Amino acid sequence: MNNDLAIKVENISKCYRIGLKENMHDSLGASVLHFLKNPLQNYRKYRSLYQFDDLRPEQGENRSDVIWALEDVSFEVKKGEVVGIIGINGAGKSTLLKILSKITIPTGGSVTIRGRISSLLEVGTGFHPELTGRENVYLNGTILGMRKKEIERKFDEIVDFSGVEKFIDTPVKRYSSGMKVRLAFAVAAHLEPEILVIDEVLAVGDAQFQKKCLNKMKDVGQQGRTVLFVSHILPAVTRLCSRSILLNGGKVQVDGPTHEVICVYLNSETGAQAERRWGDLKEAPGDEAVRLCGIRVRANNGYVSETVDISEPLQIEIEYEVLQPGHEFRIYFHVFNEEGIEAFMSIDNDSAWVKRPRPLGRYVSKSVIPGNMLSEGRYFIGPTIRTENPSIKRVGVNDAVAFHVIDSMDGNGARGDSTGNISGVVRPLLKWETQFNPKEAQVEKIW
Amino acid sequence: MNNRFGTTLSENSLTVIPPKSGWTMTGFQELKDYRDLFYFLVWRDIKTLYAQTILGFMWAILQPLVQIVIFTIIFGNVAKVSTDGIPYLLFSSVALIPWTYISLATVQSSQSLIQGSSMLGKIYFPRLIFPITPVLAKLVDFGISMFIIVCIMLYYRVSLTSNLFFFPLFLVMMVSIPLGIGTWLATLAIRFRDVRQAMPLFIQMLMFSAPIVYSASSIPEQYRFLYSLNPIVGVIEGFRACLLGFPIPWLHIWPGMVTAAMLVISGTVYFKRMERIIVDVI
Repeated sequence: MNNDLAIKVENISKCYRIGLKENMHDSLGASVLHFLKNPLQNYRKYRSLYQFDDLRPEQGENRSDVIWALEDVSFEVKKGEVVGIIGINGAGKSTLLKILSKITIPTGGSVTIRGRISSLLEVGTGFHPELTGRENVYLNGTILGMRKKEIERKFDEIVDFSGVEKFIDTPVKRYSSGMKVRLAFAVAAHLEPEILVIDEVLAVGDAQFQKKCLNKMKDVGQQGRTVLFVSHILPAVTRLCSRSILLNGGKVQVDGPTHEVICVYLNSETGAQAERRWGDLKEAPGDEAVRLCGIRVRANNGYVSETVDISEPLQIEIEYEVLQPGHEFRIYFHVFNEEGIEAFMSIDNDSAWVKRPRPLGRYVSKSVIPGNMLSEGRYFIGPTIRTENPSIKRVGVNDAVAFHVIDSMDGNGARGDSTGNISGVVRPLLKWETQFNPKEAQVEKIW
Repeated sequence: MNNRFGTTLSENSLTVIPPKSGWTMTGFQELKDYRDLFYFLVWRDIKTLYAQTILGFMWAILQPLVQIVIFTIIFGNVAKVSTDGIPYLLFSSVALIPWTYISLATVQSSQSLIQGSSMLGKIYFPRLIFPITPVLAKLVDFGISMFIIVCIMLYYRVSLTSNLFFFPLFLVMMVSIPLGIGTWLATLAIRFRDVRQAMPLFIQMLMFSAPIVYSASSIPEQYRFLYSLNPIVGVIEGFRACLLGFPIPWLHIWPGMVTAAMLVISGTVYFKRMERIIVDVI
């Protein structure tokens, strides 16, 4: 193995046996017979749970009682790299982590790891409610692979980080769930492995504590440690990992820079596209006066794109064909976020066409949403076309196209150098100014 | 050099998954590396066993003591079991204390993997730690309850003999029984939960298979060898001989020692073989 590699995964596959439907009996006699034969059947069934000698990866798909959680997964992680692993539920993320942390053994393939590795698939493994906080720190620490001396050395730091000093000699069963989690994470955060494998343990504690944890993890990455981070929290992955691996159906779908991988993930996950066309005018949304031909989202570089950088402008294009001359049209669109909250709506205000009857033909109305306006996340565009005098809604499509605003954490956005969660539907880059008044002046005024 | 704690050599420490199969010394090295974890797991078992009780560690004395009293009344005074002339109280206490240890440790050890299943799926440490921990933790109870034997021996003014020199040997033999049976049953219990249902029966059979309430001399001579293949027989006979000063009946002890050693070795080998599938099947 190459010297600058920390982890080398070669053709890993993992097979599980799944339960088959049990036989049903429609007569008493058959049930009794089944009952008598049961022990032998059960014995065979439970025995077969772990035997895969009869299986080869290439024929595994034909069998109904096995599933391949991972198939032929290979990748390498260099020393000091922070790699995110993303994918939908059942993509094989957890299985991969379990193999890397030696919990389970792959059915095929091999992994070579260079350096001391620790895995955090859960915080607070082995916490016992009857033991005090102090005892649990020692127990949990040794379970995670620390030495007693090491824990003794870091004990004060751990307690300090957790913020439960007052209760450290109280049995953990009297703790609130938040306190328990904080103590558990504090222990985990003080592990000093060269390679760290983490499952979604970040999703614990209150916002403030989450931020503390995220910063701690970032430190870990910056100290030149190798980190493998599995998460559904995409902003966290963007913030921590420069490279990501997308798993899909137990296989590596994409492996590359995080923002590119996230784009692929989001597109495959949502099914919503950045462009929609209606080729056949008769099928297109609309009526005898006007029909929508297409709508698309263009990123700053001019290409149609499902993902746009938070600090860059994007363009919405609505293409339609006027079929009856002489109407005054009003084109507009709504922008909804993932929770269905409307971020805003915008109306065509091009003075060349407002309040002016339009001749027959094809039109493209374009509108630019500036950078540093929408927050991170997914947005849906709903285009609408009305005719005026009388006002009639001719076209209205909900969620016609979708796009994702991604924070690439380059420090140019409204976030600045903050790494925490930034709330709000919009994230404008506002101008700030701070005035400073020396303290003495204030005091004098009061007295 | 090792995988998890190599702080100085860590740059060169290599972990290969899956580990090379076969019987290597690395398994023992790994156990040694995790001795701090052993310490805290044993500590947890001891501390939580009597947590929030009024009597605390007194229970470790009270439980066998009550049993000894009951056995003395029923088997000593009512049934009048032959004890080769030893007062029944002395006769039964010397046997019941090690037996209590063996039965409790065996039961706990055989359930250890099932009980630890939530931990098994979340973190790796040598799996052998699970069945070994209760075997060690119960030794503390055993140590405390030895106090009963000492008191009863003082009461009957039993004088110590040079036989006491062999006592540690029987202690090792005593520990090896739950270790051997525990690893076997813990491994079997992963796949077949029948183990748990059968456990009380099994323990009861074990108890009457050994000279705890009766004397080994009541077994007909032609069956004595077969009888002493049971390692518990050897432990009880050894305890009685060492503490009460009888000649040690080696002839009836070594077959049990061989069985105990075989149990431990085969149990560990079987455990090691099944270790890789534990998490997937449990």
